[in-house]
Amino acid sequence: MPALCELDDVKVHFPLRGAAAWLRTVKEHQASVVRAVDGISFQVQAGETLGLVGESGCGKSTVARALVRLVRPTGGHVRFEGTEIGSLSDQAFNEVRPHLQMVFQDPAASLNPRLTVRRMVEEPLRLHTDLGAAERRDRAEAVLVEVGLGLELADRYPHELSGGQCQRVNIARALVTNPRLIVLDEPTSALDVSLRARVILLLEELRQRHGLAYLFISHDLATVRYLAARVAVMYLGVIVEEAPAAALFDGPAHPYTRALLAAVPVPDPDARRDPFVLSGEIPSPIDIPTGCRLRARCPLAQPVCAQPVPYREVAPGHFAACHLV
Amino acid sequence: MSAVIEVRDVSVRFATDFGEVEAVDGASFEVREGEILGLVGESGSGKSVTATAILRLIRRPGRLTGGSIVLGGRDLARLGEDELQKVRGTEITMVSQTPRTALNPLITVGEQVARLFVLHAGLSKADARKRAIEMLAMVGIPEPERRARQYAHQFSGGMCQRVMIAMALATSPRLLIADEPTTGLDVSTAARILDLLRDLGHRTGASILLITHDLGVVATTCHRVAVMHAGQMVEVAPVRALFAHPAHPYTRALVRSIPRIDCEVAMEPIPGAVPSLLNIAPGCRYAGRCPWVEERCRQIKPGMTEIAPDHLVACYAVEDGRARVV
Ligand SMILES: Nc1ncnc2c1ncn2[C@@H]1O[C@H](COP(=O)(O)OP(=O)(O)O)[C@@H](O)[C@H]1O
Ligand SMILES: Nc1ncnc2c1ncn2[C@@H]1O[C@H](COP(=O)(O)OP(=O)(O)O)[C@@H](O)[C@H]1O
Ligand code: SF4
Ligand SMILES: [Mg+2]
Ligand SMILES: [Mg+2]
Repeated sequence: MPALCELDDVKVHFPLRGAAAWLRTVKEHQASVVRAVDGISFQVQAGETLGLVGESGCGKSTVARALVRLVRPTGGHVRFEGTEIGSLSDQAFNEVRPHLQMVFQDPAASLNPRLTVRRMVEEPLRLHTDLGAAERRDRAEAVLVEVGLGLELADRYPHELSGGQCQRVNIARALVTNPRLIVLDEPTSALDVSLRARVILLLEELRQRHGLAYLFISHDLATVRYLAARVAVMYLGVIVEEAPAAALFDGPAHPYTRALLAAVPVPDPDARRDPFVLSGEIPSPIDIPTGCRLRARCPLAQPVCAQPVPYREVAPGHFAACHLV
Repeated sequence: MSAVIEVRDVSVRFATDFGEVEAVDGASFEVREGEILGLVGESGSGKSVTATAILRLIRRPGRLTGGSIVLGGRDLARLGEDELQKVRGTEITMVSQTPRTALNPLITVGEQVARLFVLHAGLSKADARKRAIEMLAMVGIPEPERRARQYAHQFSGGMCQRVMIAMALATSPRLLIADEPTTGLDVSTAARILDLLRDLGHRTGASILLITHDLGVVATTCHRVAVMHAGQMVEVAPVRALFAHPAHPYTRALVRSIPRIDCEVAMEPIPGAVPSLLNIAPGCRYAGRCPWVEERCRQIKPGMTEIAPDHLVACYAVEDGRARVV
């Protein structure tokens, strides 16, 4: 059975514009591209949550946007239920689209300020289905109730809602077309602790009830541990490690993952901290180091790390791209 | 240990078109010599307003409606603006969540730090420059001499925050207030900034009031913790006691509501929502969310009781032993 969704060596390179690009071309005789996503492969199975983590700028949102065809990859393949979505006509993609939805980070900014909650939740049905007005209305109301928004909120506008309520509207919009996969890009990052917990529990409940699959993108590693069955870790446009969640959190194989986990403050004053720290800061995705991309920052680096890195299975289902594991 | 600053019964109100918002309701706590005190709570609980009140920077339509803020024998609540200006930026300094906007984009980073030494220590320009570079080195900025000649836009978010910390420590303050200093930074950058605060607090002897909504930050960085809910201080305790025996119903709920990276937990959201502070009723402001609420909670605000050495809680149910502390 093919995976629900598969990315195969996907690359998204953006041309660099402006004075900086010009200067570079003149001085260094190099075409300037931002290698935001630089050869990514993963699969999401039906009904499963794949967590995608990494620090800001590593390319997570670009992966999400490539997956729902908001940006065209410059290389590789994106398949949904076995169909290469890059090669679909707009009309054919429109038929896939209801099964593949997305929720963005900023709950309020992703809502249209001039539409009521009801209109916004009906909108995807209008665009992607041939349901009649009455059916759309019923379906939208059912979904609003399901995400815990009372129907008294249905005729409100986004500015009359709290952050948590806005994010529920976004989730309702994604859910209304009965998707099989929802891409969630930092859906809880803008929410306060108590709202965050509620949205996390809601997402998990919806997944179980409808057999949904999620690509859950977040820099909040604790939330990822709670929701994801498998986790992929990105650094500078590539995946450096992928493993079942417990294996990854309890025994990270890649030095980058280890440093990332060590940096998360744990709510326990007696917890022993792993003192594993990387040096320096993340390089720009324009000047990507050769060999292992972490090489200059990694305390374990050896001469071999200048060579191209193999992506190896270090334990069943546990992959890492490091010469030393 | 003696207190560097003592905040007693501080209240802050804002007049709005819809009525009075009492953003801080009689908050009391002290920050002691050389310690990092965490101030924690959901957003809107009054943490930033409390910090602003300590600096006496509450502006209209807000006002400090009561209480005292004693620093080195003087009550800041009663000082005139002239004297306050001598305290702000020298004895009490502040680092905020948005370091980039707090830096002047038109002046080199080194010059900005150096100006503080000219202004507050009366150093010559050349000496101030030297001290500025030493400060940048102290906060872990690599190649400080070269970086000192650069502008804020050439610095990453984490590096901007280091510069802010250098500037905040330049005047050897008694108290450094850090309001969500790592919010918005990546985890590894945030971890380095917290290490830096801990280390510098230790080395310079400055006491730190660290405002955060992140219990992980509290546990790894603070010596003691004050928990705020809807403008009221509900619990103040040493950090170990707070995590081992959280007493106030709000603190307990807060601790249970977060997912964890180090173990599998059953996450339970805090019941209800932070109440609106507009024309709010008297009494405990957690009453609408609390499983142990009784009539008197809604009438009179509970005072702070010491349930263990140095562990203060404001809750009738804890006081009576109905909500047993485990
Ligand atoms: N449209 C674009 N044009 C040029 N560069 C871009 C564009 N979108 C993203 N980038 C760059 O690609 C990199 C990855 O960005 P993004 O996918 O948003 O990362 P993340 O979501 O992990 O923070 C960043 O360096 C960003 O500046
Ligand atoms: N200028 C203002 N006018 C009216 N209310 C305000 C003003 N500033 C702050 N508040 C109120 O004070 C409360 C506490 O705010 P704040 O201290 O910023 O919370 P925190 O820092 O804990 O997130 C908020 O709920 C807000 O309603
Ligand atoms: S028992 Fe009463 S005083 Fe204690 S938290 Fe609940 S409502 Fe407040
Ligand atoms: Mg992003
Ligand atoms: Mg604040």
